[in-house]
Amino acid sequence: MRLTCPLCGARDRREFTWIGAASLLGRPAPGGDFVGWAHLRENPAGPLDELWLHNAGCGALLRGARDTVTHATAPLTLAGGAR
Amino acid sequence: MHYSGFRVLAEALRGGKGWRPFWRKAAPASEYDAIVIGGGGHGLATAYYLAREHGLARVAVLEKGWVGSGNVGRNTTIVRATYMIPGNQEFYSASLKMWETLAQDLNFNLMYSPRGLLQLFHSDGQRDAFARRGNAMLLQGDDAVLLDREGLRRLVPYLDYAQTRYPVHGALLHPRGGTVRHDAVAWAYARAADARGVDIIENCEVTGFDIAQGRVTGVQTTRGGIAAPRIGMAVAGRSGQLAARAGFRLPVESHILQAFVTEGLKPFIHHVISYGMGHFYISQSDKGGLVFGGDIDFYPSYAQRGNLPMAEHVMEAAMTLMPAIGRARVLRGWGGIMDMTPDGSPIIDHAPVAGLFLNTGWNYGGFKAIPASGLAFAHLIATGAPHALARRFRLDRFASGAVIDEEGTGATHHLH
Repeated sequence: MRLTCPLCGARDRREFTWIGAASLLGRPAPGGDFVGWAHLRENPAGPLDELWLHNAGCGALLRGARDTVTHATAPLTLAGGAR
Repeated sequence: MHYSGFRVLAEALRGGKGWRPFWRKAAPASEYDAIVIGGGGHGLATAYYLAREHGLARVAVLEKGWVGSGNVGRNTTIVRATYMIPGNQEFYSASLKMWETLAQDLNFNLMYSPRGLLQLFHSDGQRDAFARRGNAMLLQGDDAVLLDREGLRRLVPYLDYAQTRYPVHGALLHPRGGTVRHDAVAWAYARAADARGVDIIENCEVTGFDIAQGRVTGVQTTRGGIAAPRIGMAVAGRSGQLAARAGFRLPVESHILQAFVTEGLKPFIHHVISYGMGHFYISQSDKGGLVFGGDIDFYPSYAQRGNLPMAEHVMEAAMTLMPAIGRARVLRGWGGIMDMTPDGSPIIDHAPVAGLFLNTGWNYGGFKAIPASGLAFAHLIATGAPHALARRFRLDRFASGAVIDEEGTGATHHLH
């Protein structure tokens, strides 16, 4: 499996660490549903919007969709948006 | 039909004409007392104990593929009771005791082999941790022996004791741990459940739930609608998808775990051995193949096949630990879908929908739990109250904080 970093290009999966579903970025406000945010998962069989850390490359936190059934990946984007 | 040596002899004399299929090919009735979704080890065991312990006359097992086509046929067949945290400890201890008499109970040769489980340690700190774990196992009433390097070398002389990167200092031996023939477990439970009147319905996928006023009344399947007041889900890695069809989310991520088998070799690995550095464990099947595996691939997947990095990691760990197997050829590799929970422990509890029950979150330890899981889940479905063995496997423990975090890695589903 290869993932495409917007800064470094297509790289081996070993360079990346899976962080979690992109819904982790939607941290609730104080008093919100923290249990659901921390523990519950959509867990789809199909496209999953997720986060990868390019820790053996540029170090950027990246976001993109991957199909959990076929492992087909779309090019990743910077999770924090372009500057 | 009762199986015995005499039966084998009698059937041999009359050309095997008396053998019958293990279970009927049942067609779904319109209504049952209870439905168990999932024809794997947990589901079939649950149906069997529903009939045997609670006397439910009309029970159906719905299996989307065929019996034994899921994780019960895709694991590495290890049974053990090496847990330390209350909740897990008594549960897996009871499960191991059930394994010891299960072949007689089900009248089926499960090839149960308590060959001993060796968990290696490689540092002083790890030895201390295993000494503590071993003491916890002894207090629970199971067995554990802390072996030093020479004691281990007498048992398994073929490890690489000369390597200095991850020196082998000894092992925690769990003598009653071992292996059980996995397919036979599924077949035996299916046969025993069928003999007590359970309908085992294969090629029947649940596509939706009938829910009225917050209570489940039946399921929609590829073979039509089926009504039942009590429905249990025991679908391993597919729990999240099935929960979505019932309208709720679970604290579960589905990850892929790979395993491998080599060509058949003469017997030389007489234990189950787990490596303490890197995630690697190995045993030798009765057919002679080396059965081994490693950690999950660390990203969610429903593919039932893994990627190369983890396969390479497992092979590298094997070569570090026992270079002797380096020329064995790998015949097969496969992946199973694991339902990973935030604390690495399972859930046997009511679902958020009344009448619906959950048996999920077995991470990669589901196989050894099959007998106790079936017993506890059947108790929950039949009585509505948790079985004493599984009362801590609650769905709400992530909200209450009463988690059972054996590895202490926190709310990260994929790190357990």
